[in-house]
Order: sequence, then structure tokens, then C-alpha cells
Amino acid sequence: MSWILTLTTFLPLLGALVCLLLPREEVGLLRGVGLSVALLTFLFSLGILSGFNGQTAGFLHEVDLPWVQALGIRYHLGVDGISLWLVLLTTFLMPVVMLSSWSAIADKVREFTVAALVLETGMIGGFLALDLFLFYVFFEVMLIPMYFIIGVWGGERRLYAAIKFVLYTMVGSLLLLVAILYLYVKVHQATGTWSFAYADMQRLVLSEREQLYCFAAFALAFCIKVPLFPLHTWLPDAHVEAPTAGSVILASVLLKYGTYGLLRFALPLFPHAVAEVGPLLAALSLAGIIYGSLVAYAQRDIKKLIAYSSVAHMGIVVLGLLMLNTKAVNGAIYQMLAHGISTGALFLCVGVLYERRHTRRMEEFGGLWAQMPVFAGFFLIFTLASVGLPGLCGFVGEFLVLAGTMSAGRTAFADVPLFGKAHLYAALAATGVVLGAVYMLWMFQRVMLGPNENPKNRKLRDLTLREGMVLTPMAVMAFWLGLYPATFLRDMNPAVHRTLVAFKEKYSAGAADAEPRMLGQDKNKKEEGQPPAKQDKEEGQPPAQQPAQPPAASPPGTGATP
Amino acid sequence: MDASFPLHLIPLLPLLGAIINLLLGRRLGKGAVALVACGSVAAAALVATRAVWVLGTEGLPSGALVDRFFQADWIFSSGDGLDLHVSAGLMLDRLSAVMVLVVTWIGLLIHIYATGYMEHDPGYHRFFGYLNLFMGAMLILVLGDSLPVTFVGWEGVGVCSYLLIGFWYAEDKNATAGRKAFIVNRVGDFGFLLGMCLLFSLIGTLKYSEIGSHMQTLRQPLWLGWPAACFIALLIFVGCTGKSAQIPLHIWLPDAMAGPTPVSALIHAATMVTAGVYVVARTHVLFDVFPTSAKMVVAGIGAATALMAATVGIVQRDFKRILAYSTVSQLGFMFVGVGTGAYAAGIFHLMTHAFFKAGLFLGAGSVMHAMGGEGDITKMGGLGKHLPVTRWTFFIYCLAIAGIFPLAGFFSKDAILAGAWAARFQLARQGFGPFSVEWVQHFTQDIYPKLIWSLLAAAALCTAFYMWRLYFVVFTGRFRGTADQEHHLHESPPEMTVPLMVLAAGSVVAGWVGVPAVMYHEGDWFGAWLAPVLPPPAQELSHSVEWGLMAVALCLSVIGIASAYLLYYGGISEAARRAAQILRPLYLLLYNKYYIDELYDVVFVRPLKRTAWFLWYVVDAFFIDKVLVQGWAWMVSMLGRAVRYLQNGEVQRYLVGVLVGTAGILWVTTTLPPRRAAAFRLSQQGRRVTLEAGGGSSRVGLVYRVDWESDGKWDEVDTRWSTLTHEYPGQGTYKILFEARDPRWGTSSTRRRVVHIE
Amino acid sequence: MLPLSYFNYYLALGAVLFAIGAVGVIARRNALIALMSVELMLNAANLTLVVFARAQHDMRGQAVAFLTIAVAAAEAAVGLAIVVGVFRNRRSTQLDDLTMMKH
Repeated sequence: MSWILTLTTFLPLLGALVCLLLPREEVGLLRGVGLSVALLTFLFSLGILSGFNGQTAGFLHEVDLPWVQALGIRYHLGVDGISLWLVLLTTFLMPVVMLSSWSAIADKVREFTVAALVLETGMIGGFLALDLFLFYVFFEVMLIPMYFIIGVWGGERRLYAAIKFVLYTMVGSLLLLVAILYLYVKVHQATGTWSFAYADMQRLVLSEREQLYCFAAFALAFCIKVPLFPLHTWLPDAHVEAPTAGSVILASVLLKYGTYGLLRFALPLFPHAVAEVGPLLAALSLAGIIYGSLVAYAQRDIKKLIAYSSVAHMGIVVLGLLMLNTKAVNGAIYQMLAHGISTGALFLCVGVLYERRHTRRMEEFGGLWAQMPVFAGFFLIFTLASVGLPGLCGFVGEFLVLAGTMSAGRTAFADVPLFGKAHLYAALAATGVVLGAVYMLWMFQRVMLGPNENPKNRKLRDLTLREGMVLTPMAVMAFWLGLYPATFLRDMNPAVHRTLVAFKEKYSAGAADAEPRMLGQDKNKKEEGQPPAKQDKEEGQPPAQQPAQPPAASPPGTGATP
Repeated sequence: MDASFPLHLIPLLPLLGAIINLLLGRRLGKGAVALVACGSVAAAALVATRAVWVLGTEGLPSGALVDRFFQADWIFSSGDGLDLHVSAGLMLDRLSAVMVLVVTWIGLLIHIYATGYMEHDPGYHRFFGYLNLFMGAMLILVLGDSLPVTFVGWEGVGVCSYLLIGFWYAEDKNATAGRKAFIVNRVGDFGFLLGMCLLFSLIGTLKYSEIGSHMQTLRQPLWLGWPAACFIALLIFVGCTGKSAQIPLHIWLPDAMAGPTPVSALIHAATMVTAGVYVVARTHVLFDVFPTSAKMVVAGIGAATALMAATVGIVQRDFKRILAYSTVSQLGFMFVGVGTGAYAAGIFHLMTHAFFKAGLFLGAGSVMHAMGGEGDITKMGGLGKHLPVTRWTFFIYCLAIAGIFPLAGFFSKDAILAGAWAARFQLARQGFGPFSVEWVQHFTQDIYPKLIWSLLAAAALCTAFYMWRLYFVVFTGRFRGTADQEHHLHESPPEMTVPLMVLAAGSVVAGWVGVPAVMYHEGDWFGAWLAPVLPPPAQELSHSVEWGLMAVALCLSVIGIASAYLLYYGGISEAARRAAQILRPLYLLLYNKYYIDELYDVVFVRPLKRTAWFLWYVVDAFFIDKVLVQGWAWMVSMLGRAVRYLQNGEVQRYLVGVLVGTAGILWVTTTLPPRRAAAFRLSQQGRRVTLEAGGGSSRVGLVYRVDWESDGKWDEVDTRWSTLTHEYPGQGTYKILFEARDPRWGTSSTRRRVVHIE
Repeated sequence: MLPLSYFNYYLALGAVLFAIGAVGVIARRNALIALMSVELMLNAANLTLVVFARAQHDMRGQAVAFLTIAVAAAEAAVGLAIVVGVFRNRRSTQLDDLTMMKH
């Protein structure tokens, strides 16, 4: 089954090549090909799911081939319970996005389809890559089509937004590259082999200072992507100017790269740095929650409002990741999925309105419910999902993150000194619950409720069949995520647990003094000069598999309370 | 012993009805919609009744029926030593049995009533869809076996309330009222959610049945020496103040009357708003922990709310608004009940109140239906003749709420008053600062309960007064509305009047299940039913005190009714108007609801808006984006602009650059090394002088010459050593000449230095 | 065999020629004169090459000089053709007028 990841990743690229060969006038055919390739990719990605067992240690469906042998770069893909759902989110959204831009993109359809498909390859590949160089390549591959999607099919200030987006992301990703190269050299110092492999880098122990610098580079790259306050200002511009499809992809998938990167790379690679600057990041994410919510409340443009709500929601995700226990991290990943669905769907809804009225300013709307009852129903569902209503997708993640944050000081991972103010964190994060309702319902009221006074809104069409087909799967997913989270948590939980155990193991092994070393490597071996990474991996089955401390090692209530 | 029962049917049936009505309702037609809505609720009611029957006959008194339908965890997360397992479990014990019966049967009556009331509304199917959705959520709330499941229902009813308050969405006022309700509730939910998470973080479970076994942990001090249970209880109570409209979160309920009247009856009187009382009773183990500060807060807030709302109710003019304040006030009574440890009394009042308050609202609906939607009671009057059924049923409700023997309200209110009088709070075992322990005990055990009792008694007096004021103004005297309205006055159709009559009957008899023991010693059947699940009040009152309290309460009610009769019988009397004139400041204060909305506007709403505005325009758009982000871009572009002058497209200028650059490179690579190297450093030891070329660093490929005495004769020629030593023969002052040369380029450089030898 | 210092005169001549050429290219605004100055610089370089070749008794320098002469001829041909082309388009051979890159 190892071919399935490769197939899923590169099928869209293949589709893009096919589209390039098609004549540009055949608009319908191009759209059809785009949609069917996206659908096919989705089907194949379901294939990943079918053979998936979250309990299995490590990554599944791994494929590990040499790519640039001289530099030790490998084509290494694999999926675990964390990336699985993000990949599925991506492949699920792409057909929806393709269908949603059916009429919205009338110009340069071929180029759009190609860009979207290339983007899809980048997004899927990035989630699956287990070689940091490969990851970086995919990470950058995503940037270019997105740049064009915003810059070519965007709104009035599209160039400004596109360039801001690209420059902002590039600043981070260049530092990321530098840090990756640094790790690459250090891995060579420690093992004698050149390798970008994730597994090697995870076992590489650096000194605290080195960890701090590398973590800073990683975290900056990913926090820009999240975006974490105060690095967020590219997001509203990009969202507002991007076409609906671009906004959806951006919000639903690209932002997830920030948090995915934090979870997959920044946290496990540099545990000591996390312990040191974690509180700062947590404070920023809390600031993001409150600040994003308040600023969202001041918006007049619907898309901008949703963009700022993303800042708030992703703040919750980052907070959850930093709390370093399975509840919070599960919740964070869950919130990523939920945000992907609810915010993506809200952007689709705004797209529906924009196609009819060519404006996104709230004061232009009002009382649309009577004209568009079906649309109103969908819009309401997604609004409430975004607010975090139980039964819809937003609640589960929020609850898990809050429960995890509140109990961060009492879990098996509590000896990482990050949780001095866990109760306060939880209380501040929970204000997002109130503020979320404030701005979302205010927006809903201004658009859908009240009197329909604007004559331009008197004759709006309700959803077309196509639009209904776009929004229905999103609504189904919103309910599914809310009503039966076990589907997702079942495979997610073991992977999260493994990640955290690896984190803790590396943390408790202590930082290196000066020379980099590998986790679980004894000195003699290095002097023999042949400790290839591969071997270590096999024998090194290390304590990573051991479960965390038995529950309630310290009886609750007597434990540390800040 | 827990027995199994398919409890999931109870909430699922109405939810199914909701799905059918919301998705297909428009095509079904009104008859089918009504059938689905009422049918699903009726089915749920029957299942619920059967379940309660099974519980009462088969299980142990303290046991519960559990649902085995949802086996797997709903939300879970494991592996970090504090595993979270939330199952979507339902549970029916004696407490939830009361709630389930009240919710389903009163809900059914109101559904039936609404089929008549909403008959001409274009949003018929939507209305019943929401109503069924509400029923489903409310049943999940009361049946949930853990806090998160309750929270699901809790939020669900909140949303339904939001949707139904803003049901007539075309008016901004309604939509705003709905939004206000939801947001204020969310403020409460903030507390609920935090309380839930805090509880979980301490004991690792959220199931009601398991909390009790962790009390040891929960009694541990958490902060400032207060036990964890106190904080959890208070946080949960914050949620309850939101849902049950208690001070300080009561402001949404009067506005919520913007919704259709059946909604006000079902959600904002009989069921949803009582959820807070239910949850306090449900989690009573947290409130019972010593010190009972959480209970004191609950009782205090309940009493304050009861009196505050009752006084406001006296002067309001809007029919439903009066009832809304009455609801807030009665909910305050219930909170006093659960707050003073008289849990059964609180729940008892919850049940009786559901009958008469639902009836009052439905009566109000019937009146407003007849009046064409008019809600101002000063425009009514003399409606008794036109609406006989409504009038007489309303008469019964008013008697019941005023607490006249032997109607329902009398018994339940009496139980609460007795509970308040008997309460003994315990705050501390030592004194606080200036207060000695005796004083604290005196306060919490004698003064505070009596204070609460007196607040309640005052509230009861006001209640009797404002309810009968309402009754007399609306139903007696002559009609004060327009002739057109008078012409259209008519009694409501049977689907509306029958529920009124049923509820009236309930308002009479519902209290008889809880006759106090002093009257009939096996009379408190209701208390006995709940005794296995809710602890009885700690203190028993002596019979004489209890009789006395009852008499006082009854007297107060009669005084209230009598004064209302004097002032308002046959319309608003001159005396009433004069009283309003004389007490004008007080009147205005009450009429404007103590200006609390205005206060919140100034203290919370406007600052929030201003802060949002400030953060957006000043911090975000200006500071972060303009100054920081675009500032960087601006710096880069300025740099680019500066450099642009070099790239002017004139090849000849470039050539100058090329030449100057080439010359510079040549100079640096050929002349500079000897110049640097020729700068030497001297160190002296007696007569021995050591010379280091170029500050000590030797340069590859350079050769050196040195003339130690400057006598024109090179002493060392073309040496490659950059450190040279010379021993002078005797004292004197010598001049050293040093030359560094690069033989590859033929460039050289010389330096001189004077040295003194002693 | 000439004394070593004798070569310095040739080298100095080469340097002076090169400087004159360089100044010509830089200072003159006429494309034709600039081209001529470029030729001058090339020839200065040729001269230097030949002198060093002679001093080192190494014929490779002279060979390179021939190569340079050929390149110079080609360059002159192409350069003059461009100048003529530019002149046809713009009616000017002034280098100042050829600043399209600037705008």
C-alpha cells in the first residue's frame, strides 16, 4: 500500500499537467477535469483511511526512497493519526472548492485549475513528508500557486495582498530553511551521515542555546503561517482579496500548516526551547484569542471578520499545542479540523453572497433570510459551528483544549515547567467563548436578520443546486465532527500520545552540553564511525513506546496547584 | 442498582420531529407539521412517563435508569495520566424524572396551544421545528448523566431560545433581543465551561454519579484556603445565573419576550430558565461542601433577584414583561430553595411554577391574540366578559402564584420560605480579620437566613400585588383600547383554551403532592420521592414556627391582593396614579428596571465596542500593519530608492564603477598587506628588542627587511619571519627602519620607530 | 636581451593607452568615439600581453594578443553595426540618449 501516498500526492499534479495540455477555450472540460481529479484524489485518500490503524507505532504506508543521494535527501512519505485527518481535510475540501469556483472563476480557467491542483499536491505532500527537505519543498510549492490565486483572481488590491502574503511567508520559511540546514549539519556531526530525515532530527539533541535559535526560526515560520498575533496582518488582506476558493484553501488548509508544523517539527525537535519560550507563545496565543475576537467585532467586511475570527480560533489551537497533554493537543488538532470546516464553509457562504451582490460589506445586507431561507439555514449552521456550539464541530476541540489547559499542571507531562498559570490560561481562553458569540451573531444579524431595506437585496436568488452541493458536504462534516468525534479521535489519540511521549523523553534526556548527540546513542558506536541512522531506528525502539506515567500517580487534589 | 431503559428515545423523538419539520416542513402543510411536532412530543412524553413508572416501581429509590444505547465514548483523550472520557450517556433518576415529566407534558400542552396561536404565521414549520429542537435539547439537558452532556443540552436550548426569540427576524428589535439572550447566556456558559474543566482537572471525571466519591479531593483547598468544590460550584452557578436569569445576568429575560408567546411560556417560563435550578440541585454535592459559601451566594443572589424583579414587576405596563419579571422573581425563589439546602423545595417550586407560569403566559397569549397583538395593559380592561375561559383560568393562576391556600404556589413557596428560615450556613471555623468566630457564626446561622427570608417575604408581597394588579387592570373595569380592537375581541379557539384549563387544573392540584408534614404527616410525598437523591434540609423547624411562617406568608399574599384590589379593581384608580406621582423617583427607578441595562451599556457594551474599535483602527490597522509591517517594507523600498540612483542605465557611469572597483581591489590586494604588515609592534627586555610585524600576525608571501640602527645598512634582508629579535650592544637611542614587501607585486611599505635602550 | 627596466617603458605606454581609452569610454558621449576608445584599451592590453610574453620568453602571450585582435575586429564590426542601427532608429549616436533601461 505504500504507493497510495505517492498516488494521492501526485495525482493532482498529474491532473494539472493534463489540464495544461487541454485547450484554454474548453472551459467546461477544464472545470470538469479539475473537479474529477480532485474527487479522485479524495477517493484515493479515503484509501489511506481504509487501511489505517492508529495503534500501530510510527508512520503508516511509509515510502522511503533516495532522491538526491549525494546530499542524503530522501523521498520519504508517511502518515500517522495527526497528518491523516489533515490530508483528508485537504482532499475533502478540494472538490468542494473546485465546485464552488465553477462560476466564480470565469477568467483564465485553465490556469486556475492548474494552480489549484498544483496547490493540492503541495498541501498533501507537505502533510505527508517525513524528510525535512522534502517538507520544505512542498511548503514552498504551496506558496506559488496561492500567490497566483490571490494575485490573478483576487479583488481590487490583490497584488498588494498577494505580495504581502508571499513576503511574509518567505521571511519565515527562509529562516526555517536555515534552521533545517543547521540541523542537517548537526546530524552529520553526531552520526556521520548526511540526512534530512525527520526521525534523525527528532533524535538529535542540541544544546539549549542551539535549540532556542533553531526553535525561534521554526516557530517564526510556523507562527506566521498560523498566524499568531502579532504576525497576523497578512491574513485579513489575503482573505479579503483572495477569491472564494483561495480564502477557503487558505483558511482551511494553509493556516493548518502553521500549527501542524509546530506540532510535528517545532515542538518535538526542540523540547528545551519549548519549555523556555512556551509561556511567551502561550501568552501570544491568548492575546490572539482575545485580540482577534475584539478586532473581528470592529469589522465591517464579512470576510475580514471571518479572517480575524481565524486569528482567534487558531490562537486556541496554538494554546492547546503548548499545553503538552493529550487532551489539549487532541483538542488542538480537532480544532484545526473544525476550523477548516466551519471557517471554510463561512467563506463559501460569503462567496455565495458576493456572487450575487459583489460586495462583502455588512451594511449592504440585512434581512436576507426571507429571500434566501435555505442559504440562511446553512449560514446559521456554520455560524453556530464557528461559535462552538455543542453538536457542531467547534465545540469538541474547544472543550478538549480548555479541559487540557485547565489540567495541564496535573498530567504526566507536567514536569515541563510551562504550566504555572494553567488556570489563568484556561480562563482567558474561555473568554473566546463569549466573544466568539458576540461578533459572529452580530455578523449574522446584520446580514441575515432585521428588515430587508436595501432594494438591491429584494430579489436575491436562494441557493442554486450547485451551491447546495457545495455547502451540504460541509454541513454534514460540521455535524459529523460535532456529533461523533470518536471517528477522528480514535486514530488521532495514539499518534498524539506518541508525539508527546517522544517529546518528554527527549526533554528528560536533557539538552546537549556542546557537541550534538543522538538520543539513545552510546558513545562507542560513534567512534566506530558507523552509526547510520537506519540502524538506530531499528534497535532504538526506545522508551518511546512506553506509556506515560500510570494515571493519578499523584492523587489529584494533592498535586501542585498554582 | 441501575436498570437499563431506552432513554435515548425521549430526546431523539422530538429531535427527529425537528429534523422533519425543518427540512421538509415547507412541503408538508400545516396539518402535517403540527402532527409531527405534537406527535413527537407526545410520544416522548409517553416514553418518559413509562420510564418514570419503571423507575418508581422497579429500581431502588436512589438508583437510576441508564441508557445503554451509546456505548462508546463521545469525547475522549487518553494517555497523559488524566484520561478524559465523556460518554453520551443518559440517566434518569428521581430528580430528572420530575424534570422530564414537567418538560414533556407541559411542553406538549404548549405545543398544542401553539398550533392554534401560530396558525396564521408563514413560518409555521420553522416555528415547530425550533420548538421540537428545543424539546430535544432540553431533554438532553435534564437526562444527561454528566456535565458535558448536560452542557450540550444547555447550549442547545440556548440556541433554540436565540432562534425563537428572534423568530420574527424581520424586526431588528427581535433579532437583537435574541442575540442579547444568547450572549448573556454565553457569559454564563463561560463560567459553566470553566467549572466543568476545573472539576475535570481535579478528579478526572465529569459524571454526576462519580463526583460524590471524590469529595475528599474536592474538599482540598485550591486557592486562598477555600476548597476546590467552592470554586467549581460558583463557576457552575455563574452558568446558572445566565440560564436562569439571576442577578447579574438577568437582563436578557425581559427582552426575550420579543419571541412568540408559546415560546415565552415554554422556554422562558416553564422549562429552560429553570435549568439553572436543576443543575444546582444536580451538582448539590459541590454546594454542600463546608464552608457553604457557594450556597450563601446562591441563596443571596436568589433572594436579591426575587425582590428586585418583583419590585420592577409592580410598575411595568407590558403584559409579557410583567410576567417575565415575575418569572425572574420566582426563579429567585427557587434558587433560595436550593441555596438554603431545601433542594426538594426548590424543585417543588420549579414544578408548580411550571404550571401556573406557563398558564399565565398562555393566558397572556390568549389575551394578546384577542387584542391583535397589543401588549400594553393600560390599553386593555374589562376583558373578562369577552374571554371567560382565559379570565377564569387566569384567575386561578394568579391565586396560585400569589400563594393562596390550597393552590400549588402556596405549598411550594411555603416550603422555600420554611427552608430559608431554617437554613444554617457555615462559613468558617475561625474568625475573619476583625470578626470573631462567634460573630461569623451568628451572622451565617441567624442573621443571614432571616435576612433572606425577609427579602423573600417582601418579594412574595410584591408578587401578590403585581399579579393581581395585572389581573384587575386587564380583566376588570371597562375597555380602554380602540373600538376596532373591541370589535374583534373573541375567546381563543379550543386548541388554546384546553391547555389553559389543563394547566389551571394543574395549578390547583400540583401542590397537593407536597403538603407539609405539619398539616398532614405523610403529605410531603414529593419530598419523600426526592429524598433518596437530594439531601433533606439540615434543620427541622418546630411545628409552631412552621405554622407561624405559613400564616405570615398567607397574610402577606392577602395583603398584596387586597391592596391591588383597592388600587386597581375596575381599572387604574386615581389613588394609584397619585401614588405614582408622589413616589415619582422611585416609580421611575422601578419602571426603568433600576437602570441596569443602561449601566451595563456604559460599563460593558460601550467599552467593549470602543476597545474593539481602538484595537482595530489604532493597534491593528495603524500600529501593527502600518508602522511595523509596512514600516519594514517602507525601509526596504527606501533603500531600494537610494540604490536606484546607481542603476541609472548610463553605461559610462557603470564603467566608472568598474574602474574604481578594479583599482580598489588591486590596491587592497597588493598594497594593503605590506602597509599593514609594516606597522610593527615592539617589546623590550633589557637590551633585547623584539619586533612583531603587522601586530603579530604574519602574512603569507611577504618578506621583511629591517635596519635596527637606521644606518643605511640592512641588518636583516628578505626574511620571512614576522617576529624578529635584536640585541643592542649598548645604551642609546636608536631608530628602527622596517620594510615589508610583497615580491609578487613588488609593492612595499616602510615604517620607522625610535627605541631607547637604558 | 634588453635589461628588465627597459620593459617598463612599454608597460607604462600600455598603461597610459589604457587610461586614455578608459577615460574616452567614460567621458565621451559619442558612441563612435567610445568604440574607438574601447579599441584603444584593447590594444593597450595587447601591448602589455606582448611585453610580458617577451619578458617571460613565453609565446602564449603573443598568441593571446592575436586572439584579442580578432575579437576586437569582430567587436568593432558588431559595435559599429549597432551604432548604425541605433542611429537609424534614434537619429543620434549620443550615449546619453540611450537610457531605456533607466525608465
